Amino acid sequence: MPEPALGDYLALSAVLFAIGVAGVFVRRNLITILLSIEIMLNAVNLTFVAFGRALASADGQIVVFFVMTVAAAEAAVGLAIVISLFRHRESLNPDSFTSLKW
Amino acid sequence: MTPFYLFAAIAVGASLLVIAQRNPVYSVLLLIASFGALSGLYVLLDAPFVAVIQIIVYAGAIMVLFLFVVMLLNAPHEETHYDEQVHPLMRPGPMRFGALLALGLVVELMWALKRGAESGRFAGGAVSSVSAIGRLLFTEYAFAFEVTSILIVVAMVGAVLLARREGAR
Amino acid sequence: MTPLFIAQIGLTLFVFVMLLSSAAGMVYVERKVAAFLQQRLGPYLVGPKGLLQPLADVIKLMFKEELRPRAADAFLFALAPVISATCAFAAFAVVPFGGDTTLLGLIPEGLRLQVADVNVAILVVFAIASMSVYGIVLAGWSSNSKYSLLGGLRSSAQMISYELSYGLALASVLLVGNSLSLTDIVNRQAGAWLGFIPRWFVFVQPIGFLIYMTAGIAETNRAPFDFPEAEQELVAGYHTEYSSMSFAMFFLAEYVNMVTVSAVATDLFLGGWQGPFLSESFGWVWFLLKVAAILFFYVWMRWTLPRYRYDQLMRFGWKILLPLAVINLLVTAAGVLYFGA
Repeated sequence: MPEPALGDYLALSAVLFAIGVAGVFVRRNLITILLSIEIMLNAVNLTFVAFGRALASADGQIVVFFVMTVAAAEAAVGLAIVISLFRHRESLNPDSFTSLKW
Repeated sequence: MTPFYLFAAIAVGASLLVIAQRNPVYSVLLLIASFGALSGLYVLLDAPFVAVIQIIVYAGAIMVLFLFVVMLLNAPHEETHYDEQVHPLMRPGPMRFGALLALGLVVELMWALKRGAESGRFAGGAVSSVSAIGRLLFTEYAFAFEVTSILIVVAMVGAVLLARREGAR
Repeated sequence: MTPLFIAQIGLTLFVFVMLLSSAAGMVYVERKVAAFLQQRLGPYLVGPKGLLQPLADVIKLMFKEELRPRAADAFLFALAPVISATCAFAAFAVVPFGGDTTLLGLIPEGLRLQVADVNVAILVVFAIASMSVYGIVLAGWSSNSKYSLLGGLRSSAQMISYELSYGLALASVLLVGNSLSLTDIVNRQAGAWLGFIPRWFVFVQPIGFLIYMTAGIAETNRAPFDFPEAEQELVAGYHTEYSSMSFAMFFLAEYVNMVTVSAVATDLFLGGWQGPFLSESFGWVWFLLKVAAILFFYVWMRWTLPRYRYDQLMRFGWKILLPLAVINLLVTAAGVLYFGA
């Protein structure tokens, strides 16, 4: 099998991103939605590292460093929100939080 | 079989299972497996630092946070009445739309890649050592680095505040 | 199939077998040292001076019935000890335990006594240590019993709290050693000042060494930080519901983790395999002696100090050890800037 080229890594990243998008749309569980967001962020990380390697630049890895930090912060705050939501309704289904709907 | 295909298969397979699993604990564990495969891919891309940081930060810290939350909330399984019988693509409403949208996204991205023709082979030679990354972080990206540290503090304070019980001191 | 390749495979198997037997040996050492500290004899019936006692323990554990609570999640219940044991062994893969050796001339070029020579070795050790939290959390949760769950959560909270100080202590050594590769750091500790004080980093970073050892003891859930698995407190914490070989795997994981922490401490602070009177090829003898000394210290601590209560433990980790580690890092950084490494 040939050595993987940049296109292979980008294709893989596209597939992972699409899986994350599907997860956010299809699943009705707040935690799984957050996990799908993490999948999407990882797909983007893979793209950055692949391009960094292809363009022989360390900038790709630097951006990945920052993306990971932001993802950590976002996961922490997101999970805190999920916990307080759960305390109100005892449910993790986003369809049960509809009291602001007109 | 080159390691790329092995890691790619694990990453895609585990991610698919993450969104297909009903039990959130299994989802978290499968995502950890996916992160491990991605870490292997980073090693193949001559980025050992990012690979290890992925394990330390993502698989070792963020996922532990997810696991704690899932366990402490004793997260119930999903309760939509569609769960047992109907495949996601067949369910009406936003779910079907979402699944079709994701499929459309994959098709479109693949098409764009094919049109981009020469997404060539990788240039020879490894890119960066840890010291090069460190030097870049503290010179060119120093501002972003400092702002990120403020972001982390803000996130910490926010998370503690949001998860506090009502009326607790 | 060059001789070097065969030697490397042999080395991997050798390291694996050695870790297994070191765990068995530690069982014996722990009981004997505990006994002598408590002014009694310890095991002396099985084999000469009780040396076959670990073998008897292993045989007993193998014949015990393997139980599983009915409400336990079967897959996770079986997976948890596997994760613990795997991470324990995997962490030792990047630890070098000897200089280049040619095995008395059997192979043409030097074979480094290290399973995998990675140039980010310190980070790999840290990464695998943070993965071993999962074994404990999953064990606690999947047993579906309140003692296990509490013990598991407390133990994993303790481990992730002390990981911060562990990492900062590693960062201080990194500043002094100027490399992430364990082999490079050991090689920098060659030679001696004034002819007889070896250039070990423990003399340059004494507080870093203490922080590292303390965090290491807390990471491996050993006394005085073993509240989550103490018998008097939580039945047996996260491994309450485990019996026979699964229980043995947790214990194996604990002892191998101890050996790994001691080995990394030896490499980082005590000069690894450097030592007088022996040529570089026999450096592993010095390595063994140093690791044995640290392991003895571990066992001695367990049977001398009383156990920390859980809130005292967490307070110590966050309010005392972590600021100390940060200050150590700052002082080290200032020192490196001023003295120019």
